[in-house]
Amino acid sequence: MELIVEAVSHQYGATEVMADISFTIGSGEIVTVIGPSGCGKSTLLRFLGGLERPTSGKVFIEGAAPDGSLNPLTYVFQDFALLPWRTVEGNVRLVLDDHRLSASHTDEIVDDVLARTKLSEFRSAWPRQLSGGMKQRVAIARALAVRPAVMLMDEPLSALDSQTRELLMDDLVELWGRERFSACYVTHNLAEAVRLGHRIVVLSRRPGRIREVVDIDVPLSERATRMAELEVTQRHLWQLMRDEAREADRELLHVD
Amino acid sequence: MSTDLASPAAQHAEPATDLAGRREVPFRGGGFRHRPMWYVGPVVFAGLLLLWELGSRSGVISPIALPAPSEALGALGDLVETGMLWRHLSASLSRLALGWSIGTCLGILVGLAIGLFAVARSALSPLVSAFFPIPKIALLPLFIIWFGIGEGSKVATLVFGTFFPTVIATYSGVDGVDRNLIRMGQSFGLKWRSIVTKIILPGALPAILSGARISASIAIILLIAAEMIGAEYGLGAYILMAGSLFALDQLIAGVAMLSIIGLIVAWLIGRAERKLLDWRL
Repeated sequence: MELIVEAVSHQYGATEVMADISFTIGSGEIVTVIGPSGCGKSTLLRFLGGLERPTSGKVFIEGAAPDGSLNPLTYVFQDFALLPWRTVEGNVRLVLDDHRLSASHTDEIVDDVLARTKLSEFRSAWPRQLSGGMKQRVAIARALAVRPAVMLMDEPLSALDSQTRELLMDDLVELWGRERFSACYVTHNLAEAVRLGHRIVVLSRRPGRIREVVDIDVPLSERATRMAELEVTQRHLWQLMRDEAREADRELLHVD
Repeated sequence: MSTDLASPAAQHAEPATDLAGRREVPFRGGGFRHRPMWYVGPVVFAGLLLLWELGSRSGVISPIALPAPSEALGALGDLVETGMLWRHLSASLSRLALGWSIGTCLGILVGLAIGLFAVARSALSPLVSAFFPIPKIALLPLFIIWFGIGEGSKVATLVFGTFFPTVIATYSGVDGVDRNLIRMGQSFGLKWRSIVTKIILPGALPAILSGARISASIAIILLIAAEMIGAEYGLGAYILMAGSLFALDQLIAGVAMLSIIGLIVAWLIGRAERKLLDWRL
C-alpha cells in the first residue's frame, strides 16, 4: 500500500502554514520529514492519517491494505497518548476492542505484540510506573497490534533522553527488518532522520515547502556501523536547515 | 521548624577564623514541608472535649449556655434507648441517599451532554449558571406544592441542590480530558461510544468525584434545612424540636450526629476515589 501526498497546502486563517507539498511513501519505505519548528511537520502528518483536512490538495491511498490490517494508517505520538487508567495490556486491548475479534485471537495479538516489543513482563503495569522509553514501546506495541500498513510517527523519540533514543532507534531498525512496515517519520532530529529514513524530505520554514528530497542507499541495518558515510549526508542536511532554523527561531508564533 | 528558622543566625554567630580553609557547605534546604501526623488531629479533638467537660464541671461554662459533652452523650443514650435515634436517622439517611443519588446521576448525564454536544452546551450552560446560585431551600414551598408535603418535596430539594454542582463538575471534567487522547482514539478508529466510555468518562472521573464531595456536603445542609421546615422525623426535625425546647444537650447530640454523617460520607467518597482512581498515585 502506498500513501501519496499531492499538492497539499494549508492555511490557518490568514497564516499560510505549508504550500504545495507532494511526495509518496512507497510500500515498506520509511520517509522521514525534517524541518525547523513551526514548519507544519506535525500538521502534515495529521493530514496523512485523516485527522485534519488541508485547505487544498489531497492525500491518496493506493493499493489494498495487507490482509488482517485493522487500522491501515496508524499513529505513534510524541507524547505517547497512553490512557493512564489502563495498564500496558489494557492500552493495547483498547484498540482491538471495537474490531469484533474472538477472545482467543485478541489474546494472541496482545501476547504477540508485547513479546515483540519486549514488554511481556510489564503487561499489568500502569503507565505512570514506566519510563519514557517504555511508554513509547507500549505505544509502538499498540500500533503494531492493529497491523498498520503505514505508521505515522510524530517525533516519537523527541520526549526521550538521548540514550533511550539510541536504544529505541535500534529497536525500530530491528522491527523494520522483520516487519518491513512503511512509515512517515516526522522529526527535527537530523541523526534520527539519517538513521531511519530511506528518503528524507526537507521542509523549509513557514510556509513549509519541500526544499530537497534526499535518498539514502545505505541499508537501515548497516547504518549504525557506517555513520562516517552518513555524516556527509547529515552535514548537507544541516546546511540546508541551518539558515531556516535560525530564521524560524526568530519568528513570532502566530499559530498554536 | 523553629530550629530551621534559627539556623541562619547561628551561622552568622560562628567565628570567621576559618574563612579561607576547608569547610562544609552550609545546609540551607529543609523546612516548608508537610509531614503527615495522623495522631495530632484526634489528640486536639479529644483535648478540646476534655477542656469543655472540665469547664462545665468546674462551673466556668454555664450549663445554660452550653451543656457538658457528657450530658449530650446522655441525650444520645436516651435516643438510642427509646429507639427514636433509628427513627430519625433512617428518615434522614434515606432522604439523603435518594436525593443525592438521583441528583448526582442526572447531573452526570446532563454534564456529559454539555461536555459533548455544542447544542446542549449553548442551551443548558446559561440555565445552569442561572439556577446554581439560587438557594434551593427557598424553593421548598414550591416543591411542597408540586411534590406534596411528604418525602417528595424534601427529596426534590436535595435533587436540585446536588444536580447543579455535579453538572458543573462533570462538564469541566470532560473539558479537561486531554485532547490528544481523544485524537488517539479517533486515529485508531475507535467507535464514538468507545471514545466516550473508555476515554472521556474515565478522564472526567477525578473531577466528577471531587464534585461528589461538594454535592454531598450541600446535600446534608439542605437535608437538615428541609427537615426543619416540615418533617415529623429526621435529624433536622429533632434538632429544631430540641432547639425550641431549649434542650441544649439534645441539640448538641443532634449536631454531633450530623458531623458524624458528614465524616462517614467523606470517608466513603475517599474510599471510592481510591478504588476508582487506583491508576493515579
